[in-house]
This record gives sequence, C-alpha cells and structure tokens, in this order.
Amino acid sequence: MVSYIIRRLLMMVPVLIGMTLITFSIVHLIPGNPAQVILGETANQTAIENLEESMGLNEPYLNQYGLYVKDLLQGDLGTSLRSNAEISAEIWPYIAATFELTIFAMLFAVFIGVNAGIISAWKQNSWFDFLAMLFALIGVSIPVFWLALMEQWIFAQELGWFPAYGRQDNRDPMAPITYFYVLDSLIHLDFSRTGTILKHLVLPSIALGTIPMAIIARMTRSSMLEVMKSDYIRTVRAKGSGQFLIIYKHALKNAMIPVLTVIGLQAGVLLGGAILTETIFSWPGIGRYVFEAINYRDYPVIQSGILVVAFIFVIINLVVDILYKIIDPRINY
Amino acid sequence: MRLKYSLFIALLFAVLLVLAACTGDGGQKGEDTAENEDPAAEGDEGTEAEGAEGDQVLIFARGGDSESLDPASTTDGESSRITKQIYESLLEFDKDSFEIMPGLAHDWEVADDGLSYTFYLEEGVTFHDGTDFNAEAVKINFERWADPEHAYAFADDGYVYSMYGTMFGGFKGDENHVIEEINVVNDHEIEFILSQPLGFFLQNMAMTYFPITSPAALEEYGAAINENPVGTGPFKFVSWSKDDSIVLDKFEDYRKDGLPKLDRVVFEVIPDNAARLIALRSGEIDIMDGLNPDDAASVEAEEGLELYEREENNIGYVGFNVQKEPFDNKDLRHAVSHAIDKEAIANALYAGYATPASVPLPPSYMGYNDEVESLEYDPEKASELLAEAGYEEGLEIELWTMPVARPYMPDPETVSEIIQNNLEQIGITVTIVREEWAPYLEKTMNGDHQMYMLGWSGTNGDPDYFLSSLLHGDNVGSSNREFYANDEVDGLLNQAKLSIDQDERASFYQQAQEIIADDAPMVPLVHSRPVLATTNAVENYVPHPSTSESLAEVELVD
Repeated sequence: MVSYIIRRLLMMVPVLIGMTLITFSIVHLIPGNPAQVILGETANQTAIENLEESMGLNEPYLNQYGLYVKDLLQGDLGTSLRSNAEISAEIWPYIAATFELTIFAMLFAVFIGVNAGIISAWKQNSWFDFLAMLFALIGVSIPVFWLALMEQWIFAQELGWFPAYGRQDNRDPMAPITYFYVLDSLIHLDFSRTGTILKHLVLPSIALGTIPMAIIARMTRSSMLEVMKSDYIRTVRAKGSGQFLIIYKHALKNAMIPVLTVIGLQAGVLLGGAILTETIFSWPGIGRYVFEAINYRDYPVIQSGILVVAFIFVIINLVVDILYKIIDPRINY
Repeated sequence: MRLKYSLFIALLFAVLLVLAACTGDGGQKGEDTAENEDPAAEGDEGTEAEGAEGDQVLIFARGGDSESLDPASTTDGESSRITKQIYESLLEFDKDSFEIMPGLAHDWEVADDGLSYTFYLEEGVTFHDGTDFNAEAVKINFERWADPEHAYAFADDGYVYSMYGTMFGGFKGDENHVIEEINVVNDHEIEFILSQPLGFFLQNMAMTYFPITSPAALEEYGAAINENPVGTGPFKFVSWSKDDSIVLDKFEDYRKDGLPKLDRVVFEVIPDNAARLIALRSGEIDIMDGLNPDDAASVEAEEGLELYEREENNIGYVGFNVQKEPFDNKDLRHAVSHAIDKEAIANALYAGYATPASVPLPPSYMGYNDEVESLEYDPEKASELLAEAGYEEGLEIELWTMPVARPYMPDPETVSEIIQNNLEQIGITVTIVREEWAPYLEKTMNGDHQMYMLGWSGTNGDPDYFLSSLLHGDNVGSSNREFYANDEVDGLLNQAKLSIDQDERASFYQQAQEIIADDAPMVPLVHSRPVLATTNAVENYVPHPSTSESLAEVELVD
C-alpha cells in the first residue's frame, strides 16, 4: 500500500511536467499579446513595447519556458502580469474558496444522491423511484447558469432567505486565517458569523452540486440493483436479516466502488469547472482566477492555475484509489 | 458504512491540510507577502469596532476587480474608481463634468508663455499614515512617474506609467516630454517648468491617474505600494480580497470638515450583470455599476431603486483605412456614412441611452462643433455617391467586428449586423471579420483592415485626447487606425495643443472637426450614456463622466 502511494506520487511528476508543457504551448499559441490586452484600445505603440519589455515577453519562448520551469522547481509559481503579485501568495485564497464550495456541493450531492439512489433501488419501480429518477434526469440536463439565476431570483430577491452573492457579509468582513471561511469563523469563535457564511454557501452549493447529485443518484441506483441480485445478498436474506441491514451493511459496500469513482471524478470536475457558478455567485474561486487570467492573457497565472488544479485532481484520484482499498480489502495494488 | 463516510471526509480534510502546508512552504516569498498582509488584517480587526458603531456602510458593486491600487501604473478604470477615494490630485474635476476645481492645490498660476505653472498647496494636510503632505511629496511623485531610474519607479518590478507617458509627451529624456523641471519653492508652493506649452496641462493635473502618494509609504512598501495605497483622500485603505472586495474606511483627519459621511465603503465584484441587479433588488448592495441599458426602464419604474446616467464621455465609431483600397476614395466613404442608420443603432442597442454622433468629440467637450454637417442617414444619397465613386455595380468589403463589449459598444455583434444590413441596401456586400481582442487591436494598428469598429473613452476631459489620439498623422500605426493624415488637421491640432488660451484652442478644434467631417475617415456612431442604479437610501451620489467619482459626500438615509 505504502509503496503504491509512493509510486503514484512519483508518477505525478511526469504528469505535471506534461501539464506545464501543454499549458505553456497552448497559452502561447492563442493569438494575443498580454501587453496589448492590459493596456486596451487607448494604448499607443511605445506604451505597449515598454510594457512588453518589463514583462519579459520579448524573450524567445524557449527561454520563457525554461525560466518558468526553473522558478517552478524552486516553488515559485511566478508573478501575475496583470497585478504584479506573486502567484504563490495570491492563489491560496482562491483555492480555499473553491475547495470550500466544492466540499459543500459534494456533501450535498453525495448525501442526497447516494440516499436517493439507494431508496430508488430498494423500492424499484415505485413512485419514489420514478420521481427520483425523473429529478435526476432533470438534474443532469439543467444548465447551471439557469439554475443559479433561478435560485437567486426566488431565494434571494423574492423570498430573501439567502444572500445572492459572495462568501460572507462584506460590510463587516472578518480577518481570514486559513481562508476556509467556515473554519475561520469557528477559530474566531464567532458563531453568528458561521451562520452567515453557511447561508452564503447554500445557493451556490446547490447550483454546483445538482449535476453530480443526479449522476451519483443514477449510478448508485444501477450499481445497487446489480449487487442486490448477487448470490451473497440472497444468502444474507436467507439468514433472515432485515432489508435495512441488507442494504446499508451488506449491499452498499460493494455497490459503492463505481459510485466512488464517479464521486472522485465529479469532485475533480467541480474544482476546475465551477467557473459558471463562481461567476454568477461572485465566488472568488480558482475557476474565476484562471478565467480572468485568460481574458488578460496573463500567462503565468493561466499556467500555474491550471497546474494547481491538475495537481489537486491527481491527488483526488489518488485518494479515491486508496478508498477503494479501504472499502473493499479484496482490491490489491 | 457511516464510519467509512466520515473517513472519506476526514481524508479530504487531511489532503486539504497537506495542501495548505505545501502552499505555505511555497518559498520565502509566500511568507513575506503573508506578513505584508498582516497590517491590513490588523486594521481590519481594529475597525470592526468602528464598523459596529457607524452604520453608514455602503456597498458599491461592479463587474470586475481592480488591477492595481497604484493609480499611475494602470490605465484600468476599475482601479481609478477606487484610488479616487483614497487619493487626491493637485486639482479635481467638478462633480459631474471635466471642469477644473481646486484639489490639494487651492490656487495656481500659469505664466503667460505657458512654460511655468505654480501651485499653492493646502496646508495642514496629512496622509493616512500621519505624515505631512507638502511640495516635496508632489515632486517625488511626479519624478517617480517620469524617471524609470527613480528609486520609487520600481521599473524592475514591472511598473510602467503609460498614462503619464501619454499625457505628458513621454518620459524623462524623451524629446517631447514636457515637464522639464519641478521646483519646490517652499513647503506649500511648487513650480513646474515646461519645455513647451501644453494646452491641457491643468486638465492632466486633475486626472485620477496622477494623485499624490505618501513618500513614506513608498519607502515602506516599495513595489507592494499597489496593494497598500496611502493618500490624503476621504477614505483610507483597509483590505483587498482579490476578485471579491476592497474595503475602505473613513479617514477621520480628512482635510474637509464633516466629510466623508460614510463610515465604510466596500467595493464588491459581481461579474454577472443579472446577479448584480438581483443583489441590488434584495438590498445586499447599494450602488450597482454597469446596468444593462435594457434593464434601465424597469429600474426606473421600480419603487426603491434609482436610475442614474453618466454624461457622454466616449465615442463608438466605424473607421475606414483611408490609405488602402477601396476606402482611399472619399466619395465611397461619404456613401457609406450616409448609408448607416445611427438612430437605429442608438435605439436598438442602448435602449435610447445614447446620442447619435456627428463628430468624435462628446457634446459636453470644449470645442465641440455642433455646426458640423453630419452625414445623416440617407440611403438614396448614399446610392448616388456610390455611383459617383465608381461602384455602380456595388462592391464587397470586409468589416472587422470587436469581439468584446465596451461601454461605448455594448453589443458589437449586433451593431455590425445593422451596418451589414444598411450597406446591403445600397449594394455593398459586407463580410464580417471576427478576431480575438488582442490580435484585433494589433492588426488594426498594423492596418490589415478595410473597415473596423472601435471606440474611445475620455480621461482628462480634453479634446486633444480624442482628436489627436484618433486622427493625428503622428499617431498613424498606433492609436490612429484610420491611417488618416491631413497636414491641415495636424497643424490645427498641434497649435491647439501648444496654446494655453482655451478659447483659441476651442476654435482650432472646431476648425479641425470641420475638415475631419468632410474627409470622413470614420463614421462616428454614438456617444453612449452608461446607466447605473442605486437603492433609494443612497443620497448625494453624482456619477462622473470619467466613471470615477468621489463618494465623500454620499450618505445613506432610511
């Protein structure tokens, strides 16, 4: 097991190097000069040339890439062209914001999705099954931005139950520590603030978690149905166990393997693909960080942002693989 | 099984912690910056008590974050919107126009030859860090922008003061750089010696891009000054959480008694227009910038909301490349000008919040020539002119369309379709060319286009910034994408730039506009009036045409 983890971690190195090469090539292949974009339409030629020089964009590509990798190996993610700030210092709040949102979205997705899937399988072909699967179908097909705007309209504007944007009440922001705001407010022992922060999480989590929830529900249901047909379940049933025990104790374990894969993949997708949700709910997450950088051709931020997301994705995959082993000891690596 | 669940979550958290540690280790630099953030964080805690006392907290929501809070090192409007609150310039613009008012200088004198300007500075003014504002501070700031070698220029850290270069003719040592010398006469008197007269020198002094930063702060923060602004303005900087919010608190020792009225201003980033309006309706924010013109009518009718317009300060236009076939033909340019229905564009796209344009200059500007004969919409005349130009059979042209929305052009795609349609009527087949934004700007600078769309927004309220940038022969291949060079126009623009008699300048610009209108290197489309909305609680808010207005007098009432 340990050697497996080490092997996997080592395998990350070529993957990440490949990532840097690909992102570097892509961002430099898209047409557009960052100096020109930053200065906009009112810039004159001299201003653009001056800025290019100060950003080191007149160097050959190979030199630029070499410098980038060299800095990267020293743990330096580079400097943003647009804000002049160190990316390694700047990026953490964005990562934390996305992580917090992803965690809550996945909690929502997993809790509702798995349980809906189980009950659907348990009461196959019942009205609950029918309804749950209908909702799951709607859930996977619903456009996120539409769902998000509807949520805002109904729950923020009309009912006023939840705030429409942001992570906290910015009229009176708290001093961040870890940038996981829920955690920070607990550290500050400021529980009324925790409440506000949780409220801010509700709408975006639901918007972001709906698609994974639907996928997880469908996956759980089909996987459950398959396991329920297997011989050992018949044996358990013959022993006289109750239905609840059969499902949650015996069947779920085996049914979880494919579900777990889906959860892992979805978590990865949410980390990188939350741009729409982050934009509509003004959530300052990593998706928006990279998205804004693309608009401004902020090469270092695009590269490092994608690299960090890729890194997290690989880590999540690793965690999922380890979880397989824990859930099903028969799996050997 | 529940146990396994919690295990999963526990593991996730463990990964998070590892990651947190990783990023923390990300080299010394990471930690340095963390320390730099500390004062801000402390300030934050310190002001929490204040925030609880004063309930005058205003939230201003906009579409994008600022680039830098060092005013001169950026040309970004979202940045100067903030720095306007923190900093003050020697002069100020009037609340709703570009008229010059006293700022940090209460009086000023201009020598008859226009080669020296003396400013008399306010006394007893302190920066937010407690140090004194004086003539020396002014000198340091201007030298910092002019001289890349200056200790506070931070050129090695990527600071470029491009707006300074544009407005003052370049940098130290450049041939056309106008500020030759800055003399500190005494603590409260400073003299600028110019190498040549500059008609809009005073206008420049009032720009949000050239305010005075505390020299002590420049020393303390160095290149991190862009995240730690220290000025003399009504609000002092508290914290900046990127792509999220910027918090400013009342500066208790502000030089004007009783101001600012707000205890705290929070600038919030809400990228999505619809979401921003929802937040305004639900009362989470107080002012929203960038209202979609289509929503203006419903906002106006809504109880509880207030609609505001900014004065015209821009031009959206269609330009020709006059040095290239087929638009080197003046008759053809006139034909196209007559064929475009500006009124329809103004109504379709700006919901009426735009004025059809006849010249590039916005109507409120000095020297605006309202007698210029506009090439008004007249398809029949257009057809005749087309025939005169030798294109009875019609012709095929390319129209380059901007890929991004701008205040002067909120929906370029539709504008280009309207124009395509208009020209079709007189027998011109238009192919629409699409390019990404940066290559678009680059290629139009190189003259790859026949006909293209773009616009211009004013910053110092002076006609020169519009007319010279867009149409002076010296700017061909730079901001003059028409490749238009007319010696007579250039001469008039030069004279106007060198004169300090504003009436004389106005007449030069008026003459230039007549020639330009006849040469028709571009079709001025509209001057838009950007709309924004506030809740009813917001009082004394006056939007400025430059998009940066001081919030010192704004207050919230129930």
